[in-house]
Parts: sequence; structure tokens; C-alpha cells
Amino acid sequence: MSTTFRAGEVAATETERVVLPRRAGRRHPVPAPRRKGLLKFGYWWWALPGILFVVGIHYVATSIGGFFSFTNWTGIGAFELVGLDNFVRIFQDPTKLGALWNTLFLAFGSVILSNILGLGVALGLNRGLKSRYILRTLFFMPVVLSPLATSYIWKFIFDFNGPLNLILRGLGLDTVARAWIADPTWAIWTILVVLVWQNIGFAMVIYMAGLAAVPVEIEEAAAIDGASLWQRFWHVTLPSIRPAVAIATTLGLVNGLRVFDQIMALTGGGPAAATETLATQVYKQSFALGNFGYGAALALLLTLIILAFAVVQQRVTAGRSKED
Amino acid sequence: MFRYTKLTGLREFLFWVAALVFLLPFYFLVTTALKSDREVITSSTLAPPTAPDFGNFVKVLTATGNSNVVMGLINSIIITAGSIVLLVLLGSLTGYVIARSTRRWSRVVYYLFLVAIVLPTQLGTVPLYIGARALGLTGSAWGMIVLYTGMLLPLSIFLYAGFFRGLGTEYEEAATIDGASRTQIFFRIVLPLMSPATGTVAILAGLIVWNDFFTSLIFLGGSANQTLPVAMYYYIGSLVSAWNQIFAIVIVSMIPILAFYLFAQKRFIQGFAGGLKG
Repeated sequence: MSTTFRAGEVAATETERVVLPRRAGRRHPVPAPRRKGLLKFGYWWWALPGILFVVGIHYVATSIGGFFSFTNWTGIGAFELVGLDNFVRIFQDPTKLGALWNTLFLAFGSVILSNILGLGVALGLNRGLKSRYILRTLFFMPVVLSPLATSYIWKFIFDFNGPLNLILRGLGLDTVARAWIADPTWAIWTILVVLVWQNIGFAMVIYMAGLAAVPVEIEEAAAIDGASLWQRFWHVTLPSIRPAVAIATTLGLVNGLRVFDQIMALTGGGPAAATETLATQVYKQSFALGNFGYGAALALLLTLIILAFAVVQQRVTAGRSKED
Repeated sequence: MFRYTKLTGLREFLFWVAALVFLLPFYFLVTTALKSDREVITSSTLAPPTAPDFGNFVKVLTATGNSNVVMGLINSIIITAGSIVLLVLLGSLTGYVIARSTRRWSRVVYYLFLVAIVLPTQLGTVPLYIGARALGLTGSAWGMIVLYTGMLLPLSIFLYAGFFRGLGTEYEEAATIDGASRTQIFFRIVLPLMSPATGTVAILAGLIVWNDFFTSLIFLGGSANQTLPVAMYYYIGSLVSAWNQIFAIVIVSMIPILAFYLFAQKRFIQGFAGGLKG
């Protein structure tokens, strides 16, 4: 477990180095360079197919997509460059602004809640429980399942005649029971619940790996020195698992910003566009309505947001762990 | 100090209660799928079925056209397996060269892969779709395998490069002395040593491909090569709140991955904990 944890630490600084290319005193994870120059083993051209694949499917395609976002192309025939028109239209359209807000709300909401709950479960299971491996398996189960499939189960639970309302009515809370998914205010919260439910296990597993690397002795020493449970968590445990926090929150955020499947299954973006996100709008504009240019502009916005948050997240968490 | 006390026992009990509440959705899933068309309307959604009815599963497995679940299952298996093979082959070769090379370009390429992991697919999807349409690759399983391989290759390369860096060069040196060629060294010595990395790549990438909905909806939607999530989406779209049938198809779609997970849950969890870090 401790080796996997270290691997994570390396990754954090690696990503950071993309952001801050030149910084003195950074250690390479590579063993000291051998003889400069030729490869001793393998041939350099072994890397060629992989590089071409990635450059083609990621970089070339993304660049062309970026170019389309400045055009009014419909997917067929001629098109013209329209400058920033697409972006102006995005920021003048309440539906698109709503989609932007929903994307951020769902991403941050799900990251915060699933990380707090996942850390809680990880801490609870970490020490002493006899059945912790079975419990871990159970809490992790939703992570491996298709988001589309699990969302259908939740659609049933939130249905007007579904189990949730049945339980609420049974408790005498008839006024609380409502058509959750058809309600413009509550629909977005149902999606948040599904996202959190499915991501708790992922955060838990990352934190369990992190916690396994925290030496028991330090916690014991702190306890002997009279530190309370909260003090021990805040001053001993949490600082030691910062790399795990960085990984879990960054990945959660990047995935949360792309949220698509859950919405297509639960609400399809409705009611009245109350649960549209950037990803669903990209799909609808580009592939349902054929507005490739406009859809590409939305996709470019999504890409920039994801890259910006990934960079900021890495800087913040990596910066904090350097203070120690 | 961390002895098993009464308090620990209470904690264990509470976590079991929490786990059962957490997994309650699966109770609704199974009980509803086993209800007959009549019972699903008349009975309480909380109650288990009076007499389990497997008719829904028969209906689901015999559906045709856009909702052909069995074809979806087969297509998903072909596409996932094909992508995993290519991802392991190309990912290990590229990761190996990048990890072993001390040249500057390998470092640049490495960062290129790192950024590509975070890069969302949405922006590239539009041009890729147009390109695939022009080449007649939309709706083809081969096109999907190529696409998924390209999309997930950065993750695969990143994982392999990390594992290769942790591997000393002693084995390669020894094999060189014994007169093995570079190709032999890689495929017969280095790659077999990398089976933990291969396992991680296969599980993570396989899971992403298997569960992917966005890309396959765009590239395969309406074609004969639809994957399982797309077939499920169309099937459910044609049903109006027939929850017993909907849940039968959801269960059918979950069984392969769930069986695999329960069989190899330790590898799954380790793959996620140690592997996902991009």
C-alpha cells in the first residue's frame, strides 16, 4: 500500500511540473541518467504508434474542434469564420448560462460531499474493524457500475410513486413528497445525490490507501500527549494524507465537470432545461441540432474550464503540502 | 492501543447499517425486476414480489432492432476486449521507450500524454465524428476500438511509464549478455514482469470503455454495432415507466461487470487506489 501511495505523490509533482516548468531543486523520479543518448533497450520507434495515436486523437482533433468554435459550420457544406459570435451567444443565452452554473454546481457539490463522506468511511474502516474488507467492497461497488444503469435505479427511487415518496408519506411527511425529477428546483439535487452516491467509494479507496501509509506510532504519540480525536485528525492525519486529497479532489472535479450520463438517464436536461450541463448542451447542439460550430464553442468552454481547474487544483494542493 | 473494544463493535455495527442503506437501491432493482406487469402497478414499490416472475428477462433478451440487448452485450465485449489488447500493446511499448529514454524529447512527449489525460473528449469529438463519417467508420466496431485506444492511450502510457521506472535494468542487462534481442527482451522478460501494470491498465481502461455512453452514443447510435449502454438507453427510451422491464435490462447490463468485480475485487480496488492518479 505504501508504494502505491508514493506513486501518487510522484504524480502530483509531475502534473505540477507541467504547470511550473522551470523550478530549481525538483527531483526527477527517474534514476540518475545513464549514458546520454541512445536507448540501451528497445527502439525509439516503438513509441511512434502511441505518439501518433495520442497526437491525432487528442491534440489534432481538439485543435480542429477549437477552430470550428469560431465558425458557423453546420456539419455539411460551406462555413464562414464568425469570430467570437458563438461565445457572445453563449453568454447571452440564459439556458447556456444555466448549464454553466449547473456544471459547476454539480462538480463542486459532488466533489465536496463525496470526499467528506468518503474520508469519513475510510477513517471509520481504517482501524480495527474485522469486516472492513467486506465493507470496503460493498461501498466501492457503485464505482464499477455504469453511471447510466445506476441512474435508472435512482430515477425509480425519485419517481412520484417511488420508494422515497412512499417512505416519506409513511412517516407522515406528505407535504415533502413530490415529483422530484419533474420539479425544476429539486431535479438538480437528485442528480447531485446520484453523483455523490456513486463517487463515495472512489474517494474512500483513495483515502484508505493514503491512511494505510500513516504510521500508527505518530497517532499514538499524539494521543499520549493528550491530543483529542479531532486534534489528532486535524494536525496528524489530515496533513499526512494531503497527496490523497489532491488526487481524489482533482479527479473528482475533472469527472464532475464532464457529467453527462446521469443527466441523460434521469432528466434528459429537463424540466425546462433546469438540469442542462455543458456536456449535455454540447451533445444536443452538435449532434441533435447539427450546430457544429456552436457546439464546438461550448465544448471549448468546457475544455478551458476543466484545464483551468485541474491546474489551479494542483497548484493549491501541491503548494499546501510544500509548507510542511 | 487499537484493541477491539465494545466501541469498535458498535462502530462495526453502525457501518453495516450504513452499508445496507447505501446499497438499498439494489434491493429495489432486484425486487422490481422480478415483478409481473400487473404486480408492478398494484403492489407497493417497497414490497418484494409475491411470486418471482422472470418474464421480464425473457422479454429483454429477445428484444430486436435498436433495443437488441444481446447484440449490445456482444458488441461491448468485442469493443472492450479489442481496446484493451491495443492499449496494453501500444501503451507498454510507448511507456517503455519513454521511461527508458534519457533524451529530452521523451520528457516532452511524457508531458504531452499527461495533459491529454485531463483533456476532455467533447471538443475533439466533433472533428473526429466528421472524420469518421467521411471515412465510413461511424457505426463500426473497428472504428470504436481505434477511437477508444486513442482516447485512453495517455492513461495507459502514463501507468506503464510509472511502473517501468520502478523496474531496474538488471533483467535487461542479464538477457543482453545471454544474447537475447531487444524484441525478445521486451516481450519475453520485461512485459511479463509488468503484469501488475497490465492488470491495472486492463481494469481501468476496460471499465471506462465498458461503461462509456457519450462516445458510443455519438458514433454507434442507431447502428447494428451499438454497445450495451446505447442499446439500454434506446430500449428504456421506448418504455414508459415499465419499471420491471427497465430493471431487467439494467440487471442484465450489470451482471458481467459485477461478476467480474466480485471475482477480482482486490485487483479492482488496488487498480483504482494505485493507478488513478493522472
